[in-house]
Amino acid sequence: MNHSVIEKNIGLMAVLIALVISVAGLVQIVPLLFLSETTEPMEGVEPYPPLEFAGRDIYVREGCYNCHSQMIRPLRAETERYGHYSLAGESVYDRPFQWGSKRTGPDLARVGGRYTDLWHEIHMLNPRDVVPESNMPAYPWLAERTLDGDSVASRMRAQQRWLNVPYSDEQIEEAADEVDGKTEMEAIIAYLQFLGTAIEPDR
Amino acid sequence: MSSFWSWYITILSLANILACVWLIRWTEKKRPGESAAHETTGHSWDGLEEYNKPMPRWWLWLFYISIVFGLIYLALYPGLGSFKGLLGWSQYSAWAEEVESVEERVAPIFSRYAEMPIPELAEHEEAMRTGRRLFGNNCAVCHGADGGGRIGFPNIANNSWQWGGEPEEIRQSILEGRRGNMPALGGALGDDGVEEVAAYVMTLEGRDAPEDLVSQGQERFETQCAACHGPDGTGRQQLGAPDLTDGYWTYGGTLEAIKTSIREGRQGEMPAQEELLGEDRVHLLAAYVYSLSAHERDNEEEEPDSDE
Repeated sequence: MNHSVIEKNIGLMAVLIALVISVAGLVQIVPLLFLSETTEPMEGVEPYPPLEFAGRDIYVREGCYNCHSQMIRPLRAETERYGHYSLAGESVYDRPFQWGSKRTGPDLARVGGRYTDLWHEIHMLNPRDVVPESNMPAYPWLAERTLDGDSVASRMRAQQRWLNVPYSDEQIEEAADEVDGKTEMEAIIAYLQFLGTAIEPDR
Repeated sequence: MSSFWSWYITILSLANILACVWLIRWTEKKRPGESAAHETTGHSWDGLEEYNKPMPRWWLWLFYISIVFGLIYLALYPGLGSFKGLLGWSQYSAWAEEVESVEERVAPIFSRYAEMPIPELAEHEEAMRTGRRLFGNNCAVCHGADGGGRIGFPNIANNSWQWGGEPEEIRQSILEGRRGNMPALGGALGDDGVEEVAAYVMTLEGRDAPEDLVSQGQERFETQCAACHGPDGTGRQQLGAPDLTDGYWTYGGTLEAIKTSIREGRQGEMPAQEELLGEDRVHLLAAYVYSLSAHERDNEEEEPDSDE
């Protein structure tokens, strides 16, 4: 075969280019879809309870991931500030994951339990009330809007059915009553307090 | 990683490198029928012709060098499936080593500080610089960078202490945390009761309030509040019941805020730091917190009646 054969045949060239480019993906990405380290939960990692689950959706809706990562890298400076580095098995029920890559605000992978609920509430209503230098926007509407239990339950159902998140039917049935009428503020605080608490807080 | 995926990664990676070698050699050689170097390729666009020159040698060698580099790298570092690499390096062991080496360097410093009594440590300039960093990283988010607090999060830079301001008490507060529990009294007192007690509490601090409310409030205070806050309202630090006479209000001193505190209660929580920071660092932090109020403490000792 000669160069000119490829150069003069755009279809063949496209196929060959696709083949060459896919090698990196085949080696680096495809195995991760099948490895137990990345697909199976670590001990102690459970699917999000209903309220936390609803809070997670609010986190995504408000675009928190634009400024907050949830991925502590294995570097001393990070583990000193945020806690133990993140492990793949911790985020198997995160669909989609919230690792992020931009830190305008701090990493939140282990924010659970670090501050009190009251702190979070004040902070969401107006971050400047607790951190005067903060440039985080305020989210006052979270305190006013309430959750629709059926909508939360049906989203949990979708995760169970299509993404194999091991919710029991019972859990989903109870979810609607459990969260119905709670404020979005309660939900997002519950979610934040849940983050990173599945493994020991070893720093 | 299962052995299938390990082999899958290894074979694909190595095959890819070999394919690069083949591709370079294949393109570098002249093929039968191809025009010789320095001749033109025979393409001609409006009279513009194209030389058929071989790739410059230095460029070619860069390709070979990167291939060799890649192979050496894959031999030394983990890359080929579950092969750990000849150096045994991993990002986790690198992290662990760094943490350990820093800890080896700083642990003696912290343990030296831990042996000094807190009041003495609070005057140690170098220790306080370290304490300031620790405070900034771990405490400032709630208590403020200067320890001045926020509504709901106590000011720890003044000399009004909910849980006691002795060095050992401060250390205890940081180490094990504190959980305040002001019960909601709205139900027991009723709206009028809350109004009356709030009025009385205002007078405890020396503010004015309507006479009739105050006398009613005082009676209620003695039965409902005095057990924790003391008959004179100066509080009991063992219970975390704040002094109501000193003019400092964790949850705000407006009439409205005081009424809310009485009606709905307050459940302040200071998270325990022992597990997160360890005893030695907590000791240093206690000294730093103690140092924040040194100025006020000294003033009070000199002029017991002063406001500050």
